[in-house]
Amino acid sequence: MTFLEFINHHQQIIYIVILMIFVGIVIIGRVPSVLHTPLMSGANAIHGVVVIGSIIVIGKAAPDNYFALGLGFLAVILGTLNVVGGFVVTDRMLEMFKNKKSK
Amino acid sequence: MLLVPIYIVSSVSFILGLKMLSHPATARNGNLAAAAGMALAIFATIFMYIDPETGQGLHNYGWIFSGLILGSIVGTLAAKRVQMTAMPEMVSLFNGMGGACAALISLIEYQHLSHQDISSISGQKGMILIIVLGLIIGSVSFAGSMIAYGKLNGKIGDFSFKGQNILSILLLLIIIGLAVSLVMNPGQPVLFYVIFVLSLLYGAFFVFPIGGADMPVVISLLNSFTGVAAAFGGFLYDNMVMLTGGILVGAAGTLLTILMCKAMNRSLLNVLIGNFGGNASSSGGTSEMGSYKEVSLSDAAVQMAYANRVIIVPGYGLAVAQAQHVCHELEGILEERGVEVTYAIHPVAGRMPGHMNVLLAEADVSYDKLEEMEKANDDFPKTDVVLILGANDVVNPAAKTDPTSPIYGMPILEVEKAKSVIVNKRSMKPGYAGIENALFFQPKTSMLFGDAKKVLQELVAELKTI
Repeated sequence: MTFLEFINHHQQIIYIVILMIFVGIVIIGRVPSVLHTPLMSGANAIHGVVVIGSIIVIGKAAPDNYFALGLGFLAVILGTLNVVGGFVVTDRMLEMFKNKKSK
Repeated sequence: MLLVPIYIVSSVSFILGLKMLSHPATARNGNLAAAAGMALAIFATIFMYIDPETGQGLHNYGWIFSGLILGSIVGTLAAKRVQMTAMPEMVSLFNGMGGACAALISLIEYQHLSHQDISSISGQKGMILIIVLGLIIGSVSFAGSMIAYGKLNGKIGDFSFKGQNILSILLLLIIIGLAVSLVMNPGQPVLFYVIFVLSLLYGAFFVFPIGGADMPVVISLLNSFTGVAAAFGGFLYDNMVMLTGGILVGAAGTLLTILMCKAMNRSLLNVLIGNFGGNASSSGGTSEMGSYKEVSLSDAAVQMAYANRVIIVPGYGLAVAQAQHVCHELEGILEERGVEVTYAIHPVAGRMPGHMNVLLAEADVSYDKLEEMEKANDDFPKTDVVLILGANDVVNPAAKTDPTSPIYGMPILEVEKAKSVIVNKRSMKPGYAGIENALFFQPKTSMLFGDAKKVLQELVAELKTI
């Protein structure tokens, strides 16, 4: 498969990637430095979406394929840690901003 | 069929969530919106995903749900229990988990492919390429995040040797070479695992030489790496929510990295190859700096009690000592005596941008008492006493005056404009950047050594007796 074929075959995905890069840059462009840490933490939780890949990989593994089951199980745990821990930590950081303002 | 619209809703929630996270008023709801979108996408995947190869849904629910439950419990506990001072480590740790997850997916998918016969596997070069890229980026992100975690924790020191940069680049070239060879000829499992190990090594080498002061920037960069690794997963499964979420974080994370560098007035390239803090030779040692003077607790207390205006400059020392509450108490006592007290917050004080705001908010310090750098710099000339609590590099005048200094050009809090400066530090050791601070040797500066919490408690006690 040549490079051109690859591009033709995956043109939708390539368009999505390009547009998403611009969306990602534009939406956080004006963030105040106070929010840098919570924003990083929130983005950190969002890339935990990789856990979906681990669910797919373990969900379609044969029940006797212990290599896939074992590593997949570990992947689901780690991915969930990323998602849940990430969102909870971010919420804790932001909770404090809110308290501060209402007082 | 419902899976596609749900994925679309989730992708929109990620975009809106990130957008809302970048404004103080909406930030918290933004985080919740993204979390809701994530939960939706995860459960929709479990129950509605159809494997395009077999046309069947997912099974092994026992494994999936035990993993989800275990991860949720541990993640929630860890995130709830962590001290506010340890937030940066925590973010780094969670980021590493995401990277490891991406790498594991690649490991399993490659094993799955390599069990097919050679003819079919060589027809799937595109697939192999995506799997290998996911493996490399995921592993680098995992190893790098773990080293960053250890460094912020103080478990791992700075570690660099001559030629380290060259070795790193060499390692990267070897990894790329092996990856190309594997894609051209996919049936080489040994090569695949060698790439895995070398990527872990590269991730570690990537972070090892970088000084602690630059760690936030590195974590932000590794964060965007993990985003890209997640996006490769999306590519692999044609899964749009993974793709959009991953690319979004990859792009936003890269921009955020650059913004953080700008706040510190450093270039990204400098951060990555500069070995900041590793070799502190530029300022010539203490002997040229002259002598400093110490102040007693009671003198410091009297100075502040009879001042009209006091500005507190919190830094990392306040954070490690967990002194934010007693600091608030000190502020209250001074205010009762009619002293005007505010806090000057440098954008990168502490170890993360915004770190000090979060800490002081935890101690119920009112929002309008926190002054940003520009405003504080206007106020210093009208200030009688500046109390610096464990901040060092952010008040180092070398950033303005000494072009050879590694922090030259970084905007600083110009505390030396105030009538007098009291510096609380544990010792005369240099700060994170590893450079001397001429401020401490100026005639208007006096030093108050000790742990920030203990010193503040004693100051409070002293003030009560005046």
